[in-house]
Amino acid sequence: MKLTAEEQRMLDGGHGRATQKAMEILVALGTIYGAAQMVPVTSVQVSGVSYDNLGEAGLHWLSAMADGGGRTRVLTTLNPAGMDIENWRALGIDEEFARNQLRVIDAFARMNVITSCTCTPYLAGHAPHFGQHIAWAESSAVCYANSVIGARTNREGGPSALAAALTGVTPEYGFHLEVQRRPAITIDVQAALSETSDFGALGVVIGQRLERFKEKPVPYLRGIERASVEQLKSFCASIATYGGAAMFHMAGVTPEADRYAPPDETIVITQADLDQAQQALTSAESVEADFVSLGCPHLSIGEIARIAALLEGRRVTKEFWITTARATKQIADQMGYTRTIEAAGAKFAADTCCVVAPIKGRFKALVTDSAKACYYAAGKNKFKTVIKPFDEVVLAALEQD
Amino acid sequence: MKLQGRPIYKGAAAGEALVTSMGISFFGGVDPDSGIVVEKGHQLEGQSISGRVLVFPTGKGSTVGSYTLYRLKMNGRAPAAIVNAECETITAVGCIIAEIPCVDHIPIERLVTGQTLSVDGAQGTVEMRA
Repeated sequence: MKLTAEEQRMLDGGHGRATQKAMEILVALGTIYGAAQMVPVTSVQVSGVSYDNLGEAGLHWLSAMADGGGRTRVLTTLNPAGMDIENWRALGIDEEFARNQLRVIDAFARMNVITSCTCTPYLAGHAPHFGQHIAWAESSAVCYANSVIGARTNREGGPSALAAALTGVTPEYGFHLEVQRRPAITIDVQAALSETSDFGALGVVIGQRLERFKEKPVPYLRGIERASVEQLKSFCASIATYGGAAMFHMAGVTPEADRYAPPDETIVITQADLDQAQQALTSAESVEADFVSLGCPHLSIGEIARIAALLEGRRVTKEFWITTARATKQIADQMGYTRTIEAAGAKFAADTCCVVAPIKGRFKALVTDSAKACYYAAGKNKFKTVIKPFDEVVLAALEQD
Repeated sequence: MKLQGRPIYKGAAAGEALVTSMGISFFGGVDPDSGIVVEKGHQLEGQSISGRVLVFPTGKGSTVGSYTLYRLKMNGRAPAAIVNAECETITAVGCIIAEIPCVDHIPIERLVTGQTLSVDGAQGTVEMRA
């Protein structure tokens, strides 16, 4: 790999131990994946923030990087943590976990990472623009950045994203290169999609169809006339979770779709496929559910306004978590939505979500609009799941047994 | 005899080879406190990777596996070195953060469990001793 003089200096230890370690990681990845050189990045999103996933070893490494003088060179934010940083007690998080989680946040803060903990940085003041090279490590946000924004990133892991933050560069391979962004399969969507849960189901179906390919082709979707930010973030989370996808094109919706003709190889997806996927994600009746959560990926302020309108003057009967970025929650505070929602007995869980919080064993069945949340609820936390359209999820929280 | 591969992470180590033709998932597949392979049905199930020159085709599974290698190192249970046919992100990042010598592009079918191997991570070589 060809390195600039400055990059070589980092590799040789001229900028301290942490920067050296970071450059060692990037050079190794560049070597493995055949990068000719490094490319400067303007933005980094680091995953591996919840203490539930990191454990003591991960925390130890992050602390060593902070002690070794690691400091960010570009705008860097964090994925969700394992708890609401301020309001963890009300959400039933124990003291020891909270102490360890705060040590993780502190290690990142010492490296000058902006400790905004969200999987939707693009809704919370951290939005790259078209064509920028970035290094993001949240799979749903990677898919959103590549596809919807037209920025360029591979699917980074926690350490490789941090390495990009501390050096300001990433190896130039994969989705940084035009040729890798070319679509290789057409997805003909012959179904009406109106809800975030429909877009989640579409991600499940496409993800499963892509499983048989060794090299995952970039899908080119047609048949969807328009899609909102909320629908796209739901779709991105789902296709990344179920298909490992880092990018798609959607004719008439995403910015790079016009560059390409639809590839010849075509998969048709029908309403029956979507219905079947939603049935497969539903393993309980909603009246059996004891946990309701919206905000996977983190909610937009528009979605929170909708929840407030539906809960006004009513009272929830189930544990109901509303997960979002702290910045978005602060807008909800300002608008009075938080008061309305909390008066109904629902709880805000900012900075965290039901995927990364330590909630295994606490609930039996989850109601959500998110296909990604269903995946982790079933796999990691052993909950039964129910997927419903957004408004119906809110209504499920009001159901009497 | 010396095999020439590709350097992934520097450092030199020698040890008894532990060879498998199956991929390894460090997260969930190896107990970080004991160094014992716990993946059900794995060729190495029940065997310890600690202090061995661990030879396998490629890594698999969760990216959290990089931290498992680091945790093995902290617990004194890490392999002495890693030799792959084709290294990937999880193993490479794990070796770098845990400072375990690592080499790939080695014809691993020529290596057998029990022989003594010397790995030079900086040179990308694996030497078989008689």
